[in-house]
Order: sequence, then C-alpha cells, then structure tokens
Amino acid sequence: MTWEYAPAPESRAIANLKPGYRMFVDGEFVDGTGEPLKSVNPATEEVLAEVSTASAADVDKAVKAAHRAYDKTWGRMPGAERAKYIFRIARMIAERARELAVLESLDNGKPIRESRDTDVPTAAAHFFYHAGWADKLEYAGYGPDPRPLGVAGQVIPWNFPLLMAAWKIAPALACGNTVVLKPAETTPLTALVLAEIIQQAELPPGVVNIIPGAGDVGAELVNHPGVNKVAFTGSTEVGKVIQASLAGTGKKLTLELGGKAANIVFDDAPLDQAVEGIVNGIFFNQGHVCCAGSRLLVQESIAEELLDRLRARVSTLRLGDPLDKNTDIGAINSREQLTKITELVAAGEQEGAQRWTSPCPLPDKGFYFAPTVFAGVTQSMRIAREEIFGPVLSVLTFRTPEEALAKANNTPYGLSAGVWTEKGSRILWLADKLRAGVVWANTFNRFDPTAPFGGYQESGFGREGGRAGLEAYLDV
Amino acid sequence: MAGTTELTDVTRDEGALRRFLHGLPGVDAVGIEQRSAGLATRSIKKASKLRAIELAISMVDLTTLEGADTHGKIRSLCAKAKRPEAGVSHVAAVCVYPDLVATAKEALDGAPVRIASVATAFPSGRSSRQVKLADTEFAVAQGATEVDMVIDRGAFLSGRYGQVFEEIQAVKAAAGSAHLKVILETGELATYDNVRRASWLALLAGGDFIKTSTGKVSPAATLPVTNVMLQAVRDWHGVTGELRGVKPAGGIRTTKDAIRHLVAVNEVAGPEWLTPDLFRFGASSLLNDLLMQRRTQLDGHYSGPDYVTVD
Repeated sequence: MTWEYAPAPESRAIANLKPGYRMFVDGEFVDGTGEPLKSVNPATEEVLAEVSTASAADVDKAVKAAHRAYDKTWGRMPGAERAKYIFRIARMIAERARELAVLESLDNGKPIRESRDTDVPTAAAHFFYHAGWADKLEYAGYGPDPRPLGVAGQVIPWNFPLLMAAWKIAPALACGNTVVLKPAETTPLTALVLAEIIQQAELPPGVVNIIPGAGDVGAELVNHPGVNKVAFTGSTEVGKVIQASLAGTGKKLTLELGGKAANIVFDDAPLDQAVEGIVNGIFFNQGHVCCAGSRLLVQESIAEELLDRLRARVSTLRLGDPLDKNTDIGAINSREQLTKITELVAAGEQEGAQRWTSPCPLPDKGFYFAPTVFAGVTQSMRIAREEIFGPVLSVLTFRTPEEALAKANNTPYGLSAGVWTEKGSRILWLADKLRAGVVWANTFNRFDPTAPFGGYQESGFGREGGRAGLEAYLDV
Repeated sequence: MAGTTELTDVTRDEGALRRFLHGLPGVDAVGIEQRSAGLATRSIKKASKLRAIELAISMVDLTTLEGADTHGKIRSLCAKAKRPEAGVSHVAAVCVYPDLVATAKEALDGAPVRIASVATAFPSGRSSRQVKLADTEFAVAQGATEVDMVIDRGAFLSGRYGQVFEEIQAVKAAAGSAHLKVILETGELATYDNVRRASWLALLAGGDFIKTSTGKVSPAATLPVTNVMLQAVRDWHGVTGELRGVKPAGGIRTTKDAIRHLVAVNEVAGPEWLTPDLFRFGASSLLNDLLMQRRTQLDGHYSGPDYVTVD
C-alpha cells in the first residue's frame, strides 16, 4: 500500500517578510550607500526582499561606531552586566524561533525541519552558553584578568546564516569586544532580524553592527585599520587571501574554512545507525556543511552490503519545498553553487566513478540537486580531493585500520571525521591519530556550544565554542 | 547478511545459533533513538491523516487481558471489534485469554475479525514446556486463529538460545494453522542488541509476527524498539524474500503515537508492511482515540470522549 504524506507547509507569513531590509549601524537601521542587493528564495527563484548594502564609507562608519561603543560602554562594562544583555538576546531568539526558522528556510533553502530543530535552537544555545562566561572569564584559563581585543570584524557564510552569526557574535560580546559583522550576500535576512533583536534588547549603540554586502564589503571590513580581530568562516580560497592581507598588521585572525571529512565505517559498526550517520553526514543541509562527511571510507568486507542499505535509505529522503515539514532535502542555495556541484559531479563520472542518484522527483522551479552517491572512488579523483559542498557522497574502501587512517588523513583539509565501530579502543586510537578538529564516534554532525569546533591545515585555525573558543576573542 | 541456505545452517546447533545472533550488527542506542525522534517529527495532516487513522483502526488487536475479564466484557469487546462505530469497518482481531476464546468466537459469530489468544503461561512464561503447549492447544481448540506466545526471557538472558528457539518451534507446531506472534517482552530484554537478537531468533524459529510486549511490563512498546524490530523483518525479507509482521503492544494510547509508528513502518520497513497482515497494534484504549480523531477529521471539530462508546 502506498501512503502519501499530504503537504504540510509551514506558513510563510510567519517570517514577517518585509519588502526591504536595511543595514544596522550604531544602534540604528540605516540605508547603506552601496548597490542594493536582492535576496532570492532558492526554492522558487523569486526575489524575497531588497537589502541595502554597505559602501566603503559605511564600513568605516560601522567600525568607528564599534570603536566608540568599545571605548565608552562595552569594553569597560562589568562581565555580569554584559551577561544580562547576552541572556536577553538568547531569550528573544527563542521567543521568535518560529519566525526566524521560516525566514531562514525562505532565504537559504534549507528544510524547515532543520532550521526549526537545529539552526535556531543552537543559535539561542550559543548566546545562552556565552552569557554564562561573561563574568567568569578569569576562570577560563587565560590569566587572572583576560582583556578583550577591541573591534571584531566578522565575515560569515551562507550555509547557516543565523547560526554562524551566533557563533561569531556571542563569544565576541561575552569577552567584551564589539562587532561589525558581514552576512553572506545570498542570505542576509536572518542576521538583520537578529539586529532587530539586538536593538530591542537595548544593547548600547555600536556594540553590534551588521552590514550586508558581497565579498568587496568583506574585504573592506577585514582590511579596515580600526579592526583588531578578524574572524572568517567560508572558503579556503578567500581564507588564504585574508591571511595574506592581514600578515604584519597585528590583527588577530581565526579562520574556519573548507573540509573533506572522512566518515570511516568498520565491519563491526552498528550498520543501521552508520547508514543514518552517513546520510546525516552528507545530506544534512544539502551537504552545504564545511564539516560534512563527504568521503565515506568503508571497510571492503562490508562495502557492498553497506552501499545497498545506503541507497535504499537515501531513496526514502524527501526532496522538495523547504517549508514543508516533511522535507528532508531542500534547495541548493544559489545557481552558482548548483553549477559548481554539477560540474564536480560531471568530473566524477568522467574520471570513472560509478554514479547513483536518488530517483526522487525534482521540482520544476528552483535550484535542486538529487542526493548522489559515487561508488568506486579513488583517492586521486577530484571528487575525493575537492570540497563539493553539495549532496554528493564519494565512497572509498579500505582493508585495515592503518589504511583507513592514512586515507582519512590524506587531504589538505582537516576539519572533522567520523568513526563507526563497536570497538571502543579503536575509536580512541583513531581519535588520537586523525588530523581533524572534530572526531565524532558513532554519530555525525552533532553540535553543542560547549564543544570547540575548528580545523587543521587548510580547514583553518582557531576554535569556536567551549572554553577554547574564548581564546580567539581575548588578548592572551 | 547470510543467504537463505546459510540460515538453515545457523540453527544447526546451539553454537551455530549463538555465533549467528552475536554476529548480527550491533545497535547503537543513541543513533536509533535519534532516528526514531527524527521520524516522530513527520507532520501527517489532512487526507494522509485520515488515511492513517483508518489504517490504524484496521490494524488494532483489541485487547483485554485482565484477571477480571468476564463473558460480558468479552462480548462487548467483540461488538466493538466488529463495528467500532457507524461507518467504521472492523478491527483486525480481538486478543483474549484462552478460557475466553470460546466466548469471543460466539460473540463474533463469523465476523471477519480474527481471534488472538495469549498462551504459553502468559505473561511470565514461567511454567513447564508441557503446560505451555497444552495452553496453546487449548486456545486453538477453543477457536483461536492467532496465538500470542511469550518467549522464555530467563533462558534468553542466560544465553540458552537453543532452548528459546526450540520452544518457539514447538509452540508453532502446537498452534497448527493459527498465526504465531512471538512476544519478546522487550522491556525485560533491556538492550537494543538483545531486541535484535531475539527478533531474529523468533523469525528463524518460524514466528509469523514478532511482538514487543505483554503489556504487563514497563517499558512496553517504544518507537526505537519497534524500529529495531522493523529493521529485523525488513532484513529477513531481504535474505529470504518472506514477509513477516511486527506488533507493538502496550503503551500506544493515542492517535499521534499510532501515526508515529505507521511513519516508521512506512520509512523503515517499507510501504508493503502497511497492512493488517503485517502490522498490528496491541491496544485497548487506542481504538477510542482513533475514533475520536477520525471524527475530528471528518466533522472539522473535536467532539470529546463522551461521543465514543466505552465498552
């Protein structure tokens, strides 16, 4: 018997979508003098809103406002007072969770199930967690009276627009810094609603400034002489440019860049849960996750069985309208990203990997890519080396734990890894040897504000979250 | 996973059976619970909800297993089973103690409702093999078309898998043409690994259905446990091509719970299991909630518990 689930769309009216959004500088929403941008719903290709962007002069205004706020109020405010503001932001995010979730799904294309159950609650959790640190910094292990750095210039990506804003702003504020943040060009809306929350929480003007724009605005911001600390999450390519341009300036830098994580499945793994973990590792957020488990390393003796189970499971994933509560895979964030995924998938086929794509129907409009699994991938293929940042899994095999380790580490990246085995000693051995900032055991893509996140090598440096994450925003 | 021919081999002796059951992939508790919680967020609305409610009604094994059961209680249970309310087709079965099977048979009077009876010293299963088999034969002789047996959890937990296996086979033989549901009493098996092993043991021994619980032990049916059992029948089908059923019993009281189970059936085992031949709910109070929610769907408003019959 077939049992179709009726459409269960979340109402888009909940998003309180406005025709225009303005940048937030010095406590006020103002028109930027840059060329306005149009934010598009990737699921329908319709324009959602027009957003004013910052010019070089606006960046300068924002950085100066942040400096004034740092000097006059925020930098000298007792931690216990700062904590009250940060708690207030956390509570207000929780109160407006539904609105933020719907807006995030509209602007980004991710399924409402994820924005509702992961992005928004985790964003609130980051503010809650860091509010707790604000008056306890002397116990963080960075000396008796660790000082803030000043103005933090932060540039964030489009894959988790609100959550990345929270990851950046919360620790900066807790440590006593002020912030100028540039959201991604394709997903500026939730950051600007967060600005509204920050205004309503009555943070002193200038403590947080949010300036939308494209890469040029980001470059202007990180290179502004008034910025004391730069935090960037995005591509390795841009990260390298930022690192080069900041050399010798004395600005403190943390980078969270790309990844090509290995998800290693041994023959004694809990197979059904490993399949879930593989699915969650690569198809969560359409694979637009820097720590995605994009390389599946499976022990050769179970490869066939595991792949059969995986394909059966992936066939049940529901692709479609991001606002439908039963959608598992939403839209690819932009046409550019879709083109990049398509190009790398073609390279995979051309290099001889065996492609399997879920037979799920694709909507007529919007940017979509069906979940795809490549079997018979070898280390030398592009799809094993390059970050695809889409719902595409490359499957490789190994024979021994040593081979698994060698293959997992054989990448210029090093953000995350997963290990699936019922053998505890093997988990510990691998966790010790894997060059990855996060190693998940018998799970994948689990995030918590208490757990530091960050990478090795071309995946960047610095940690976000936990006690370790405070270091990036303190003068230590 | 082993092929069909290898499966006859694994029951050759105690050692082979043990090696097979312990060679099954483990179940990660955090993972199965996360997956179950994820499936529970499916939003089933409108036509799909009504469809699910009607399907769930057709899958109910309407149950009364009380020391206080009387002929009168059974007669009213059977009336409800035949015609839950105006315009609603019958449930799958009634489920009663063996000594009340004859009453149920008489009350059902040829209606297409099956008669399930618990047997084998239900619920503890603590008696001699002889008594358990006599219990089974009695239930069938009285007219039971389905037998819900309990496994010997003591034997299972002490690793005497061969004994559990033989006992299921013996009960299956004693039950004759009656459908055999094997109650694992998952609340006493405690771990998901045990649930998976016991599921395979029951399938290997010829159980037509694997059933979670007696309803007398808490926790009874939970979503993660049902999921592990659905994986077992799915994998059994993969190996042998045979379709076997699953029956969660105990603790499923609301339409919301029932729909969550149906979502799991649909997405974990597959749509072919969405039939009373392969999935049942062992329940008593669930039926009335399904009837109330069905009416809410049809009438567009909620009427309340006084508008369904208490039997």
